[in-house]
Amino acid sequence: MEDVWSVAVSVFQVWMFVVVFLIMLPAMFGLSLGVTSVYIQVLVKILKWATVRIQRGREEQPSVPVPLPNGIIERVGGSMEEEMTLTQRHSGSDIAGAEFSLSDALYFYKKGLESIADDQVTQRFSSEELASWNLLTRTNQNFHYISLRLTVIWGLGVFVRYGILFPFRITLAIIGLSWLIIGTTLIGYLPESSVKSWLSELIHLTCYRICARGLSATINYHHRENKPQKGGICVANHTTPIDIVILANDGCYAMVGQIHGGLMGVMQKSMVRSCPHVWFERSEMKDRHAVTSRLRDHVAAKTKLPILIFPEGTCINNTSVMMFKKGSFEIGGTIHPVTIKYDPRFGDAFWNSGKYNMVSYLLRMMTSWAIVVNVWYLPPMTIQDGEDAAQFANRVKSAIAQQGGLLDLDWDGGLKRGKVKDSLKEEQQKKYSSFITGHNNRDTED
Amino acid sequence: MGSSRSRMDDIPHAQQLIHETDFSAAHLLRLHQRFKFLDKYQTGELRPRDFGAIPALALNPIGDRIIGAFFSPGRETLDFPSFVRILAHFRPTDPNRSRDSTQQELANSRTRKLKFAFQLYDQDRDGKISRAELLQVLRAMLETQVVEEQLQSIAERAIQEADLDKDDAISFDEFRRIVFFFFVFCLQSLEKVNIDHKMSIRFLK
Repeated sequence: MEDVWSVAVSVFQVWMFVVVFLIMLPAMFGLSLGVTSVYIQVLVKILKWATVRIQRGREEQPSVPVPLPNGIIERVGGSMEEEMTLTQRHSGSDIAGAEFSLSDALYFYKKGLESIADDQVTQRFSSEELASWNLLTRTNQNFHYISLRLTVIWGLGVFVRYGILFPFRITLAIIGLSWLIIGTTLIGYLPESSVKSWLSELIHLTCYRICARGLSATINYHHRENKPQKGGICVANHTTPIDIVILANDGCYAMVGQIHGGLMGVMQKSMVRSCPHVWFERSEMKDRHAVTSRLRDHVAAKTKLPILIFPEGTCINNTSVMMFKKGSFEIGGTIHPVTIKYDPRFGDAFWNSGKYNMVSYLLRMMTSWAIVVNVWYLPPMTIQDGEDAAQFANRVKSAIAQQGGLLDLDWDGGLKRGKVKDSLKEEQQKKYSSFITGHNNRDTED
Repeated sequence: MGSSRSRMDDIPHAQQLIHETDFSAAHLLRLHQRFKFLDKYQTGELRPRDFGAIPALALNPIGDRIIGAFFSPGRETLDFPSFVRILAHFRPTDPNRSRDSTQQELANSRTRKLKFAFQLYDQDRDGKISRAELLQVLRAMLETQVVEEQLQSIAERAIQEADLDKDDAISFDEFRRIVFFFFVFCLQSLEKVNIDHKMSIRFLK
């Protein structure tokens, strides 16, 4: 009995040694022992092999399912005006503009049928489909029946992820979060001074770095000369709550959000003791003016940390950028856009909040292969003359989408939970009516 | 989409459907996932309100009519095979893969598609688009954007153009003639516009 106990104790000691000295401390100082990059390279080779093997298997066994990552519809055709003009006659009635024709309904019916088979919006609220299998159980579609070697590697992968990586990651996550809470609470007792801000930044940075290691995150920052400055507003596309960890690994931000209960609430309260984050009560969130004025005050004090905002308002699956809510763009100040793109081969970072709660989401994250992410800092943008907040928001959104190779959609992320507003239907009707009564401009776009 | 994977075993009469509709297994799986996604409470059948989950359809001015066209008259529910069959109607006919005579196939598929469009107007299925029915569609597409007199004059003009036998309504043949005529005219101005393609949804391979 005692032998078992002493063995267990020494295993635990070795374990903690590895965790603290080989992972945690280097992480805190931003150093890397190179283990993660080797791991990623090995993974890439294995996944390439798996893709080739599956393709070969597909040719041999036609019953293997073919993934259709781009949906099943090929969307061709231009704007409403273009399509309608094609189906219209114009026997000399160009003067009056186009007129109503029975075939006009065909445009609407075709669009309607396309959206029934596959629509652009609802697919953004569930995980991206991969073009091939990445050897995770959760993306498996009977691929493991293709070959024995594939099945063996998959099984090995399950063992490595759940048996080896997962315990390390959980330990690191716990250490990181406790460090954050304890550290910020302690710092909160200091009087306001530059030492306090410096210490607070240090605590936040080290904690987030530990957490990032806890997810085997490999983050590539591009254009760091454009990093958000104090007194600015940092704006990024939203995929998961882990976005915060990813961004905060490279700099300190003032977070904005609602006060939650439970563990998150404890974290929020202690964080705000050490440096000014902007937390709102749920009731305050409804009052847009109150929110905007608080944020404006924060930005106006040029010495405060840049605010981090996700204008989409909800998590989207990282294949597209959806409508930016214009509230963030009415505050004033310089906007620093940031694009975050996750590599889906190593793990699906998207948080489908309808399907998974926070805890199961984090567990899934910790049992993925890794998180590989590219972060691009874009040059700062300010609102131009003659531009209103909504147009500015769209401009920033396009810049972010273009950098990351994401689809730029005008749909509201709120459609995840809510219904389409009637005003959108009216817009379609307006467009059509201006087409047939000939009041349309040449440069009106769809 | 993608929220719950379907397997071929989940789909009833899968092989028969594949043979009938010419969809591939991958397409069928995808459509089944789509069906399950729309069928929120997993009843196995769709009802008109289930289509409300599609934002693009909700803002389509004739969205309600399109939904209605999926349901046979008098029926309130839609099962998966019917769902697939109706969508299969809108595949473009590939003249290189005909089994019967090419022209006949093409003509049949085109007629089916036109018939669907005709029924969007002819809600009471009496085979004619009356003035009142035409006005209804115009109202749906234009709602508050034009005044009633304008609507009436647009409808009047459309009927005069199309109505050959002067019975103050548009029959299917008259409808077909107008639509076909416009497409033919287009063919002269743009090469390679296939009428069939204009009315079809292209499914990716």
